[in-house]
Amino acid sequence: MSKEKLKSSAGQRGDKIRSDCNIEIELTNSGGIKIDSKSKVAVMYGDSINNMLMNLCEFFEIKNAKILLEDYGALPFTIAARFETAVRRIYPDLNKSFFSEKIKTKNQNTSKERLRRSRLYLPGNEPKFFVNAGLHKPDGIILDLEDSVSPSEKDAARILVRNALRSVDFYGVERMVRINQLPLGLEDLRFVVPHGVDVILIPKCESTEQIKMVDDEIKMLRAEYNFNNEIYLMPIIESAKGIMDAFEIATASENICALTIGLEDYTADLGTQRTDDGRESFFARSVIVNSAKAAGIQAIDTVFSDVNDMNGLYESVIEAKSLGFEGKGCIHPRQIEVIHKAFAPTEKEIEKAKKIILAFEEAERNGLGVVSLGSKMIDAPVVKRAFNTIKLAILNNLLDENWKEK
Amino acid sequence: MKLVKNSAGRMVPTQINGEKQIPFMGVGKYVPKGKTTGTPIRSCSEFPADGNKLVKSVKEALIKSGVKDGMTISTHHHLRNGDVVTNMLFDIIHEMGIKNIRWFPSASFPIHSHLIPYLEDGTISRIEGSMNGPLGRFTSEGKMKGIGVLRSHGGRYQAIQDGEVHIDIAVIAAPTADSFGNATGDRGPSACGLLGFALADSEYADKVIIVTDNLVPFPCYPWQIQGNNVDYVVQIDSLGDTTKIVSGTTEVTKSPDRLLIAEYVAKFMEESEIMHDGFSFQAGAGGTNLAFALFLKERMKAKGIKARFIRGGSTKYLVQMLEEGLTDYILDGQTFDLEGVRSMRENANHVNTSPFTSYNYHGKGNFASILDAVVLGATEVDVKFNANVVTHSDGYLLHGIGGWQNCLFSKCTILAIPSFRDRIPVIVDQVTTLVGPGELIDVIVTERGIAINPLRKDLLRKIKNSSLPIRKIEDIYNEVNEICGGTPQKPKFDKSKVVAVVKWVDGTVLDSIFKIKV
Repeated sequence: MSKEKLKSSAGQRGDKIRSDCNIEIELTNSGGIKIDSKSKVAVMYGDSINNMLMNLCEFFEIKNAKILLEDYGALPFTIAARFETAVRRIYPDLNKSFFSEKIKTKNQNTSKERLRRSRLYLPGNEPKFFVNAGLHKPDGIILDLEDSVSPSEKDAARILVRNALRSVDFYGVERMVRINQLPLGLEDLRFVVPHGVDVILIPKCESTEQIKMVDDEIKMLRAEYNFNNEIYLMPIIESAKGIMDAFEIATASENICALTIGLEDYTADLGTQRTDDGRESFFARSVIVNSAKAAGIQAIDTVFSDVNDMNGLYESVIEAKSLGFEGKGCIHPRQIEVIHKAFAPTEKEIEKAKKIILAFEEAERNGLGVVSLGSKMIDAPVVKRAFNTIKLAILNNLLDENWKEK
Repeated sequence: MKLVKNSAGRMVPTQINGEKQIPFMGVGKYVPKGKTTGTPIRSCSEFPADGNKLVKSVKEALIKSGVKDGMTISTHHHLRNGDVVTNMLFDIIHEMGIKNIRWFPSASFPIHSHLIPYLEDGTISRIEGSMNGPLGRFTSEGKMKGIGVLRSHGGRYQAIQDGEVHIDIAVIAAPTADSFGNATGDRGPSACGLLGFALADSEYADKVIIVTDNLVPFPCYPWQIQGNNVDYVVQIDSLGDTTKIVSGTTEVTKSPDRLLIAEYVAKFMEESEIMHDGFSFQAGAGGTNLAFALFLKERMKAKGIKARFIRGGSTKYLVQMLEEGLTDYILDGQTFDLEGVRSMRENANHVNTSPFTSYNYHGKGNFASILDAVVLGATEVDVKFNANVVTHSDGYLLHGIGGWQNCLFSKCTILAIPSFRDRIPVIVDQVTTLVGPGELIDVIVTERGIAINPLRKDLLRKIKNSSLPIRKIEDIYNEVNEICGGTPQKPKFDKSKVVAVVKWVDGTVLDSIFKIKV
């Protein structure tokens, strides 16, 4: 392997850092491995950390080096990621990866139609936000490799996100990764696709070619790594051109589960600014909804970024829902419950849905092809919507799971 | 040093600092007989008839009080991290060349790390009270000459009353006082709210010195400390940094994980029907506790439920509940922000209390056991529900007990804690130091679920159909270990060197803190 340099480091350091560590590796010519570790958890995990560092040296065939660790309570998957990043910074064409231990994931389930009301953005290079994210019960979390990661840390974030996908329990929440804008984003795929990601968000998407590129890369990786879980795509439209091609994009692959929009970039592209009443983006958002529905996928609204304005958030979700959106992005766990509440069906909607489902089941029992309620015929999509309404009602504790028995 | 195993299975010394000790015998098992201690007879003829007890300086007051080597000198902690009086007091004692003082504070704060040189040079031989932050570290490293004693607020009152600790000189910093010695904490430029933690000192110490930066003409009314117990009054420029005595405003935590815990606690109290008309609860001033009170308030309002009383540490949030009619009273033990101080001064239903009324073992009952629920923190909890508040998992002593042990006697004791901090497990197999016996701890609320003590079958029944994540504590323990990367190693102690002991509320020795092996 060719060495770019003899010394490198990775990870964060400083008084305010939590749940991360900084690892410095300096290759030497002799003397074996010398570990100098300063850890906040030395008493509890000192031996385990030193063993881990020795194992990592062995794995990466480092025989003589000084290893300097400053640890602020990093979990094992983070230590492994930081170490690997430091090694890669010495050997840029390293072809070995140290995969952190894969946890037995509980309740992992994804499907094209699953609920995606809330998606919580987590900066991809900040391990402290990962372990508890699922506890706040968003429908999905997004490990972000794009805007929240500085260009000099892209390499570190990829490896950290890979390890998080393998080792962190997100408690059944859908696991999404926002890759970088193509073509850089294509390189990200190798780090996330084989390791249990459910949805790939493709930022600044404006052509069907981009979708094809991502699709092809995933197919290639699927063959190489031999895994079979479904991986869905969610293009983020963030430009005027993207809006004009929204329907083509939405139908470019059968793996696309939803279409969403990024308004900061879109309004900048228009040469205007975001306003509170959002007239500048009304057209684009309607195009997103219409394209998504025409393609039979979900329409997901942009992020609400004022974490202190819960009323504003609620209003904005109600407005999004009225336009036809089914989900909203968020950046703080406290926003999740508000979003779910706003997307919850009303009492009237629930009552109607119950009647439709009962009629549908009766028709099925009687072997009838046509569902009718009173004198009205009920179409299949209406039944589908009713099932969705009931699902949402149960999820929001507005309806008992066993409502039919009561 | 001879160590014996007490009824909690902990090794404790039978003698410390030359005094015989009684090992912990079990909750409620130790009932001492005899008489409480008294003070020497005082005669008013020995005090100025005009009531003027002013002396020029703290040094002069100390000399007149007969300060000498080996004495016990007490202070209170109502000035919290803004306290400069205690530091100044020991500067003077040090300058006078006096040695071997037993310092008996009601609590210590990081600002008192100023005293470390005096612990090193023998001015202070040991601390009985609390050893926080740097003082705790100093103690854990075996650098303190004597053995430290950690007591709860109630246990401190008990120790004074049954003569275990005799205070020679009490130095009471008072935000407002008159020259007779009547004093209060609820007004003046350094107002701290109340002075309840200095009450026993004023009643039982041989000599009592009031130090104030706000001298008012007689009478200082209403008074919290009675001048009839006071020997000398000293006026100084300032008691300390007012911004650190009480915070301008206390803030609710912004941490989503802590908010989640607080929300779970409030939901639990509603679903278990602890929250009912006329109920009572206690919540401290930690960020999680403040948030809990806010979540509970929303639920009380939604259900039209009103509390009979809330126990403070008061903050603006409790004051708002009082003013909005969601509780009849605040029974306050200490005041954490300016709104609390104002309310205490202006609102007759914001009542100042002391460790005597709230916590004392030698009272004919106390308020703590009347409470329906109390929400507390902890540094560690083990799978038997035993809890620790004084040491961390790395073995270092870092905190005092405060009123924590006393509060465990409420009808439902809830610990609101994260299951781990960074990579430091909080739910452990066995606590490093036993401060609260598991039989008194009912509910553990973490971000990963709620564990209910199996002894509380009634609570388990009440929340049987709850949507809350109720789990076995062993379950949470296992998950935490899995996340953190295995069972943590234990700190290494020099088991032959006890550096401090933890007293139970009745004065018996519950556990020992050993010297850290570095």
